[in-house]
Amino acid sequence: MKRIFLTLCILAVLGVGIGLWITRPVTVDPERFASLTGNAESGETVYWAAGCASCHAGENSQDKLTLPGGKRFASDFGTFIAPNISSDPTHGIGAWTLPQFASAVLEGTSPDGAHYYPAFPYTTYGRMSDSDVADLFAFMQTLPADPSESEPHEVGFPFNIRLTLGGWKLLFLNKDYIAEAPTPELERGRYLVEALGHCAECHTPRNALGGWDVARWMDGAPIPGDGKGKTPGITPAHLDWVASDIAYYLETGFTPDFDSAGGEMAEVVINTGKLSAEDRAAIAAYVKALP
Amino acid sequence: MLKKSILLATSLMIATSGIAISGGHGGNPAVKARQAHMQLYAHNLGILGGMAKGEVEYDAAAASAAANNLASLSTLDQRTYWAPGTSTAELGEETRALPAIWEEGSKAAEIGGQLAESAAALAAVAGDGQAALGPAMGGVGQSCGSCHKAYQQPN
Repeated sequence: MKRIFLTLCILAVLGVGIGLWITRPVTVDPERFASLTGNAESGETVYWAAGCASCHAGENSQDKLTLPGGKRFASDFGTFIAPNISSDPTHGIGAWTLPQFASAVLEGTSPDGAHYYPAFPYTTYGRMSDSDVADLFAFMQTLPADPSESEPHEVGFPFNIRLTLGGWKLLFLNKDYIAEAPTPELERGRYLVEALGHCAECHTPRNALGGWDVARWMDGAPIPGDGKGKTPGITPAHLDWVASDIAYYLETGFTPDFDSAGGEMAEVVINTGKLSAEDRAAIAAYVKALP
Repeated sequence: MLKKSILLATSLMIATSGIAISGGHGGNPAVKARQAHMQLYAHNLGILGGMAKGEVEYDAAAASAAANNLASLSTLDQRTYWAPGTSTAELGEETRALPAIWEEGSKAAEIGGQLAESAAALAAVAGDGQAALGPAMGGVGQSCGSCHKAYQQPN
């Protein structure tokens, strides 16, 4: 009897150990980035396309190049507060190495080896190309430093145990693309939407665990937090704008009847307004091709 | 008899509350005024946007006229449209204007000033050719967006 109990104990410890090992925070192999030198100029396009400033610029700040963080994001799991990712070496990411930055962006793992919460959309950024990661890092190092201290997230038990995020990643961090992309334009659009722009973070509904309901991709979703409003669906079943209307909306924020973008989308348009006309057309083509 | 008068009172109450909700003849006058003002923006933006998008042939006179209208509209004194007590908190779904517009620290007036500046900048270049419209429209769009982001109830 005693022996069986002991065996069970060993098995349980082993099981937990294996579980923790499987769900451990993943970092990138530094070798992979050793030969890459980022180009800050190309990184600027990645910066706007990835929408870094929408979350990390100061609340209601019009300075989209200084990233002190502090903006609050209510969710069903607690309130997340965007951290400082300015080039400040102490409070921001100024002292980070490229592999540390890549581990954060692609794998959601911090330099000290902890899981990030997926409020940081690494579920999208995980599809980013290595060279874009290097370019983005190079660009962000040229941005101003800000001394603001990052605030801790306001997340209660059990979501405050970051180890559980390893299991979440196992379930929901999937680097395969969602949509088909049979033409070069659609491929570019898909990269801009599914690897950088993270449109789905708001436009796709989530399941009870906060993972995407992929079967309802871009089908619209409630706005988390105060329970008011809805992020609209943008599949052709929901949105009948022609491609040039979508591209113009992404340039200026004006709808086909010249209402203007509100809510978080107003922030998004500040980013997409800085992309090339070709890139906006590619996003529009992707949206029009959604099932 | 008693039953009948209760019934009558109730139906009267329902009828009058219906009038209260619809606001007599078509809603709160301040809300109607500001929505009409927004429609005038949209109309003139539509003329410029059609040309900027290349859907309508560029016409310098028409572009300047529309941009001048926008610039004039943006400098009208609108204080009576934005009367206190006419936010979503008081009027519900009749308006999308959030109470924050009237709260301390509101930047609505400041953003209104930015709109006036960007509309004046658009008016200054609207006659200079189709290519000038795009960037100047972007500036106006950003002013619209700043206010809608902070102060408009999402749909």
